[in-house]
Amino acid sequence: MKHTLSVLVENKPGVLTRIAGLFARRGFNIKSLAVGETEDPEVSRMTIVVDGDDRIIEQVTKQLNKLVDVIKLSDITHDEFVDRELVLIKVHCDASNRSEIIQIVDVFRARIVDMGRNSMIIEATGDSGKIDAIETSLRPFGIRELVRTGKIAMVRGPKTRNGEA
Amino acid sequence: MEVVFGYPGGAVLSIYDALYDDDRIKHVLTRHEQGAVHAADGYARATGKPGVVIATSGPGATNLVTGIANAYMDSVPLVAITGQVACNMIGKDSFQEADITGITQPITKYSYLVKDVNHLARIVREAFHIASTGRPGPVVIDLPKDVTAARAEFRYPPEIDLPGYQYMYNGITAKLNCAVEAIKRAKKPVIYAGGGVIASGAHEELLQFAERIQAPVTTTLMGKGAFPDTHPLSLGMLGMHGTCYANYAVSECDLLIGLGVRFDDRVTGRVDTFAPNAEIIHVDIDPAEVGKNVNIDIPLVGDVRSILVDLLREIEPQRHDQWLDTVYRWRRDYPLSYCTKKDTIKPQYVVEEIYKVTNGEAFITTEVGQHQMWAAQYYHCKYPRRFVSSGGLGTMGFGFPAALGVQIAYPDAVVFDIAGDGSIQMNIQELATAVQYKLPVNIAILNNHYLGMVRQWQEMFFNKRYSHSNMAGNPDFVKLAQAYGAEGLRVERPEDVRPALEEAINSPKPFVLDFVVDEEENVYPMVPPGGSLNKMLGGSK
Ligand SMILES: Cc1ncc(C[n+]2csc(CCOP(=O)(O)OP(=O)(O)O)c2C)c(N)n1
Ligand SMILES: [Mg+2]
Repeated sequence: MKHTLSVLVENKPGVLTRIAGLFARRGFNIKSLAVGETEDPEVSRMTIVVDGDDRIIEQVTKQLNKLVDVIKLSDITHDEFVDRELVLIKVHCDASNRSEIIQIVDVFRARIVDMGRNSMIIEATGDSGKIDAIETSLRPFGIRELVRTGKIAMVRGPKTRNGEA
Repeated sequence: MEVVFGYPGGAVLSIYDALYDDDRIKHVLTRHEQGAVHAADGYARATGKPGVVIATSGPGATNLVTGIANAYMDSVPLVAITGQVACNMIGKDSFQEADITGITQPITKYSYLVKDVNHLARIVREAFHIASTGRPGPVVIDLPKDVTAARAEFRYPPEIDLPGYQYMYNGITAKLNCAVEAIKRAKKPVIYAGGGVIASGAHEELLQFAERIQAPVTTTLMGKGAFPDTHPLSLGMLGMHGTCYANYAVSECDLLIGLGVRFDDRVTGRVDTFAPNAEIIHVDIDPAEVGKNVNIDIPLVGDVRSILVDLLREIEPQRHDQWLDTVYRWRRDYPLSYCTKKDTIKPQYVVEEIYKVTNGEAFITTEVGQHQMWAAQYYHCKYPRRFVSSGGLGTMGFGFPAALGVQIAYPDAVVFDIAGDGSIQMNIQELATAVQYKLPVNIAILNNHYLGMVRQWQEMFFNKRYSHSNMAGNPDFVKLAQAYGAEGLRVERPEDVRPALEEAINSPKPFVLDFVVDEEENVYPMVPPGGSLNKMLGGSK
C-alpha cells in the first residue's frame, strides 16, 4: 500500500542524497518525492510517497528516523491531509480535436499555458487522483511529454509541523 | 583523544605539522591507511573509546573505505579524518580529489565536509558525540586543505545542538512489564547476547540476570566476552558454526531473550524455522533492528544495560532445573570436538593451547576464515572487549592491525592475532609498524596453505573443485618476520606448540608463529547456508 511520509530535514547540501541513497540501498521503492524550503529557511520538507507492506514501511520510517539530518518524520497516510500535485502535459493537437481538448481542460479546471500549431501545454493541479484522471483523458490525443512535481501534502487543522496547535 | 593512527599526504600536511610538536596526542604511523583504520577500530573495541584515524585526500581516503565499512557493520565508534583538496578545487577532478563523504555515505553513521574553519570545533565535538553515543558507528570529517591551513579562535561549543539526532536510552515501561511476565511464564528460556551488551557495558548485569532467571546464555561472535564462556550457564556461540547445544537450545526454547543482537543470517540460518516455539523479546538501542529480520513479540528499544537494570528490579529468582538438565545433556552428548592425528598439528589444538598458556587473560584478535571460527569455538573468553573480530563485514586483514591498536591501548597485555596464512598477507606490511613502535604482539598463523574457509565450501558444495584457493605462493613467514626486525618461529609438531607459544609471549618483540597445521581440516559443526539451525553437519544428533 502507498504511504505518504512528511519529513522535516535540515536544509543542507547532501541531505537529499542521503535520503535517496537510503531508499536505493535498502531496496525501498519511492513513488514520488518533493522537496522545498519551509517557513524556516534552515529546514526543508520532503513529501515522500512510498509503496510497500507494513513491514517495509516500518523499516523505511525507522531507517529514515536514524538519519541525523532528519528532524521529524510523520506518516500522514491515515491523517486528514490536503495534498496537491502539479503536472505539465504537452499534448498533440490539431484543428480537428483542439476544442475537445479545451473542453477536457475546462472540466478539470486546468489551464492551457502554451499553444502551438499542433501541440499545447496544459497545466493542472490537484490531488494525485485528479492528475491521474486528466492524464488518462488526454492520452488518446497523444501525450508528447509529461512532468509531475510529485505530491506535496499538509495535515488539516490547526496543527503545525512542531505539533503545536 | 590520546592516540591517532594515520598516514600523511599533501592534503593533511597542516594537520601533521600541528602534530609535529604536540605531546598530548600520540600519533601512530602505519604502513597502509587500511592498517591505520583497523588499528583505530581495534583500539576502540578494546577500550570502548572512539578510535581516530587520519588519512590524506584521494587514495589515502579511499584506502580507509574497507575499514570504515568494517566499523559500521560492527557498530564501532570511529572518527575518520580525511584530507580534501582546497574548497575552490572541489568538484573539478583535482589532483588527489575523491568524494569521500559521497563514497562512504552508505557506511557511515554521519559525515561532514568542513567548509569553514570556524565550524571545525563544533563539528569535531558533534562527530565524537555521534560516533560514540546511541548505536555507535563511524563518522567521517572531510577537511579541505585550505580549511586546515586557516586560523580561527578555538571555541568549543558547550552544548550540542543536533535536533535530528535522538536515541532512546530507557525502554518503554509498558513493554517492560510484558517482558517480565514472559520471563515469569517461560519454562525453557534462552538468552541470546550480542555486541550490544559489550557496547553498553552490560556484562555484569547480564551475569546477574542470567543467574537470577537461570537461563542458559549463548553469544554471537560479536558478543563473545559479554558472558564468560567458562560459566556453567554458557552455551558458547550459536549460528552457522555455533555449538550444537546452543543451536538446539535456541531451536527448542519457549522464550528467546535477544540482547544487543541483530538476528544476522549467520546466526539465524533459515528465518522461518528460527526459534520456532519461542516468544521473542528483543532489546536493542536501534529501533530499526527490531523486527528487521525476525518478528518480535516484545520489543524493548533502549540501552541494554539500562533495561537489564530495570528487569532485575522486577524479577525474582526463577528455576528451570529440567530445562537446564536437557541443555546440559546436549552439551555432554554433542560437545565441540575434533579428531587428533599423530604428528600433525590440529588448528583447534593451537587455539586450545593459546587459551591455556594465557589462562584466558589475553586479548585475542582474529582475521577471517576457518581460524576465526576455531578461535571463537576454542578460546574461552572471560571478559568483554578481549575478543576482537570482524563480524559483520568479515574482513580478512583486520586482525593484525587491530592487534596493534589493542596493544597501543594496553601496552603490557598479552595480545594474540589468531590468523590464517591468507588473511595475514593482506596487511602484513604492518609488521614494520609493530617493530617501529615496539609492540610485542603475537601472530599465530594457523597455516593450512589454503584459503581454508573457501576450500571447505568448495569441498562441501562444489565437489572438491579447489578453484584458486590454494596458497602455493606463501612466503617463508619466519624469514619475513626477521626481515622486518621481528621474531619468527615455524612449528611443525604438536609437542612444540606450547614451548613456541611461551617463547613468543616472553619475547619483547613482535613475534610471528607459523603453525603448520592439518591442511584439510574443516570447521564443524556447520549449519549449511540457508538451512535450519537444528540441522547441523558434524558432531550433531
Ligand atoms: C577481504 C576479503 N576477501 C575475501 C574474503 C573471502 N574469504 C573468507 S574466508 C577466506 C579464506 C581465508 O583464508 P585464511 O586467512 O588462510 O584462513 P583459513 O580459512 O585458511 O583459516 C576468504 C578468501 C574475505 N572474507 N575478506
Ligand atoms: Mg589458510
